[in-house]
Amino acid sequence: MALLRHTTGEIKERSALTVNPAKTCQPVGAMYAALGVKGCFPHSHGSQGCCAYHRSALTRHYKEPVVAGTSSFTEGSSVFGGQSNLIAAIDNIFTLYDPEVIAIHTTCLSETIGDDLRQISQKAIDDGKVPTGKHIIYASTPSYVGTHVTGYANMVKGILKGFVKKTGTPNDKINVIPGFCEPSDMAEMRRLAAMMGVDITMVPDTNGVLNGPLTGKYEMYPNAGATPAEIATMGDSKATIGLGRWATTEAVNYLDSEFKVPGKVLPLPIGLKATDMYVDMLRRLSGKDVPDAINFERGQVVDIISDYSQYFYGKKVAMAGDPDQILALVEFVITLGMIPAYTVTGTAGKYFDERMKELLKDVPYDCKFKCGGEADMFLLHQWIKNDHVDLLIGNTYLKYIARDEDIPLIRHGFPILDRVGHQYFPSVGYSGAMRLMEKFLGAILDREDRDAPETRFELQM
Amino acid sequence: MSTKPTNVEEIKKELIAKMPTKVARKRAKSILPGTEMGEPIPEIQSNVRTIPGIITQRGCTYAGCKGVVLGPSRDIVNLTHGPIGCGFYSWLTRRNQTEAGPDGENFIPYSFSTDMTEHDIVFGGEKKLRAAIKEAYDTFHPKAISIFSTCPVGLIGDDIHAVARTMQEELGITIFANSCEGYKGVSQSAGHHIANNQIMKHVIGTDDDTKIEGKFKVNMLGEYNIGGDAFEIERILEKCGFTLVATFSGNSTVQDFRVAHNADLNTVMCHRSLNYVAEMMETKFGIPWIKVNFIGAEASAKSLRRMAAYFEDQELIDRVEAVIAEELVAVNKVVEEIKPRTAGKTAMLFVGGSRAHHYQELFKELDMKILGAGYEFAHRDDYEGRHVLPNIKVDADSRNIEELEILPDPERYKPRKTEAEMARLNEKGVDFKGYEGMIEGMGKNAMVIDDINHYETEKLLEIYKPDIFCAGIKEKFIVQKMGIPLKQLHNYDMGGPYAGFNGAINWYRDIDRMVNTKVWALIKAPWQSTGPELEATYVA
Repeated sequence: MALLRHTTGEIKERSALTVNPAKTCQPVGAMYAALGVKGCFPHSHGSQGCCAYHRSALTRHYKEPVVAGTSSFTEGSSVFGGQSNLIAAIDNIFTLYDPEVIAIHTTCLSETIGDDLRQISQKAIDDGKVPTGKHIIYASTPSYVGTHVTGYANMVKGILKGFVKKTGTPNDKINVIPGFCEPSDMAEMRRLAAMMGVDITMVPDTNGVLNGPLTGKYEMYPNAGATPAEIATMGDSKATIGLGRWATTEAVNYLDSEFKVPGKVLPLPIGLKATDMYVDMLRRLSGKDVPDAINFERGQVVDIISDYSQYFYGKKVAMAGDPDQILALVEFVITLGMIPAYTVTGTAGKYFDERMKELLKDVPYDCKFKCGGEADMFLLHQWIKNDHVDLLIGNTYLKYIARDEDIPLIRHGFPILDRVGHQYFPSVGYSGAMRLMEKFLGAILDREDRDAPETRFELQM
Repeated sequence: MSTKPTNVEEIKKELIAKMPTKVARKRAKSILPGTEMGEPIPEIQSNVRTIPGIITQRGCTYAGCKGVVLGPSRDIVNLTHGPIGCGFYSWLTRRNQTEAGPDGENFIPYSFSTDMTEHDIVFGGEKKLRAAIKEAYDTFHPKAISIFSTCPVGLIGDDIHAVARTMQEELGITIFANSCEGYKGVSQSAGHHIANNQIMKHVIGTDDDTKIEGKFKVNMLGEYNIGGDAFEIERILEKCGFTLVATFSGNSTVQDFRVAHNADLNTVMCHRSLNYVAEMMETKFGIPWIKVNFIGAEASAKSLRRMAAYFEDQELIDRVEAVIAEELVAVNKVVEEIKPRTAGKTAMLFVGGSRAHHYQELFKELDMKILGAGYEFAHRDDYEGRHVLPNIKVDADSRNIEELEILPDPERYKPRKTEAEMARLNEKGVDFKGYEGMIEGMGKNAMVIDDINHYETEKLLEIYKPDIFCAGIKEKFIVQKMGIPLKQLHNYDMGGPYAGFNGAINWYRDIDRMVNTKVWALIKAPWQSTGPELEATYVA
């Protein structure tokens, strides 16, 4: 019997009900971004349920400690304001947990009542609750606006606002805002830059924070992440690259308008073409040549595409996820000769529709896509019910559709709750593209093996 | 086994020493030693507001209402009215297993939300809520819809109860709403109470036409079928000859609740979350309740015996004894095999509102020692026993949680036993409405801590170095980074069932694996544990 037994192919117009969302709310993105700053303690200014849920979601995804504080609103503070809760929290956090930075984000509760983080933070400083040399930074992250990707973008900007200065002494560095992606992806972006000899400042950087070792000692603040001192220098950098339009545009624009650091927003470097753009942008901004080692990796990607194109060609894919991830993936599957038949993202944005149309213009199939409110996994499933696909790409929640419809699932994005890999192996860069192709092919060929009649069961593929 | 510190008062001083004065003073009231059997139990501060920034384990009222109590019913569309997060995070994250049967309904794999946007916050969300209910009805045709409010709903003044009433009239199915905004009360606990009230008001006892066949009719209250616990309990009850009318609410249906007033005995597993319904059903319908515990083989046997004693039927009593004897054969075989590898090892449990107590039984069966335990959100009665109920003062933070006034139902109130019978049965140990709480019997060397926070947890682990620590997902990897295994007592680390006799066997095997795993010996690389490089001095 089907798990999602109440889902049928009969699609009714919905305007108010979201079923099985392809998104979650802002603060979890902000919490994730804050963990990419060294010595940083994320704090959720709202009632404590949000913080518990966000910590749990990140912990289940990474199988790693995720520690954060909360203002623990009661009904009283919800009516009269959360100032005293937040100031008490700041005092308790510095006293007991001694972070370098507290990064405060909000929830729908504190946003609806209109708490002013700037004013409360200033009061905490004036009241002597912030020890010398320590910092509080903040970002407004109302859950009823945008999604977790918006929350990430808002906190990244909050981090920059908290630390970036212009000293007037330019440095030769390139700022890289990595977008909402995995620690392993951030490490890979860094590796490519290092191979080119380009000195970058990456903010946030969760590599080493959410994929750390077991040493027998718990470190609340792992020796990783961007340091406040390093972030401070970003106003003196030569340029900024943001990877992912939704997650990084705010930050890139902020550095441009406040510090005159010119910036470019590129797609997340997933797949061949988007990685080419990242590498080429590093080359152009730094004036350095692309080394043979990178050309070699790129050539390997092209080689695999050519070797296996007969298995990729014409395969239909359904995808759900975050827009920056999805747009890059759509371009990649088209590069491989596959068809992105159905695509949903819970995060809205006009650019999504425009870009999808552009990407799909030469794809010989009536592909369906939707973003925002009712662009959920329920709709995706209904589309699939009406016309089958060969591959599903998205987070763990798609496993219910995968089982019901007997479609192989490639786990990608947030959250992945039932497999390992995302925190250790990249899906960006040329090596990430190779890993994705390995996963796609493995799934497609396993299915061919499973379904082949005896006579057509082949040793070689 | 290393020697463990035993002076609770000294350790308590260490736990609070670094805290700001006001915080230390408050925390001191929530930390105390256990007591020996029969000793007077000191008062513990519990069910009070959380200290901001302390890093609590606690969640919110919405989680207690939607996530815990009402979420597990499989044929009710549970609609979250709020921005998307609350509905997303409570989507399949608690392991309430469901078996819908070949023609049954099962909405458990779905998450339904009104997905409020800025527009709804500014102009109100009632219109969208109405539309969402209509869309859910048109698409899914459920028997009932339950609405759950989230933080902003109360602030902007959406009247979800009025919406529920009008939509119920329009659509002709049961629709009821829960005002379980996350900021209400101080924890999940307020959400339990709200869920109890609403299900009592709108669902329980609403079907008098359906006859319930079978002898020895019971309900199981506060059992959520995590990892299949309720399935194992059902298996045992059926084997013994009981008729299970309704489980609140693991693998349950709205129809189960409608006819639940046909039971002759309510049995309560999780006292914290469902004691309200137990009390209200007794007042309204005359159904007595007893506390049971199916966690632990001995505890299961004891609970079955008390349930049989209540019905005063010799055939049932004999059948229960036969079942216990039969089931214990396999249990004892595994205990004997495993106990030599677990005896003397130590454990700590800091979980929710009931398991920190229940699971002590299972550890004792493995001859393990409990060094400390506590709840996130239990009340004094769960710690000290129900006899303290008259002395519990409801503080300002919880005062706005509605107390329903329940009266005996003029037609349907039917006392199951006379007062004399009740008294006689009580003497025989049936213990109506009895719950002794966690503290008694833990012994004065054990720590009892309410609403433990990260700071205290880390300190405790440093001081005690237990062989296993029980808590939840947020603590799991923190503790394991220190080289101490953490057993999740919310989601069972995807194991289970742990209830009943088969559950006990699963537990023994899992704990054996966890306290005897070799992984902790792999932490140091060979070059980190050897001394100076004497071998490298080899000269050709």
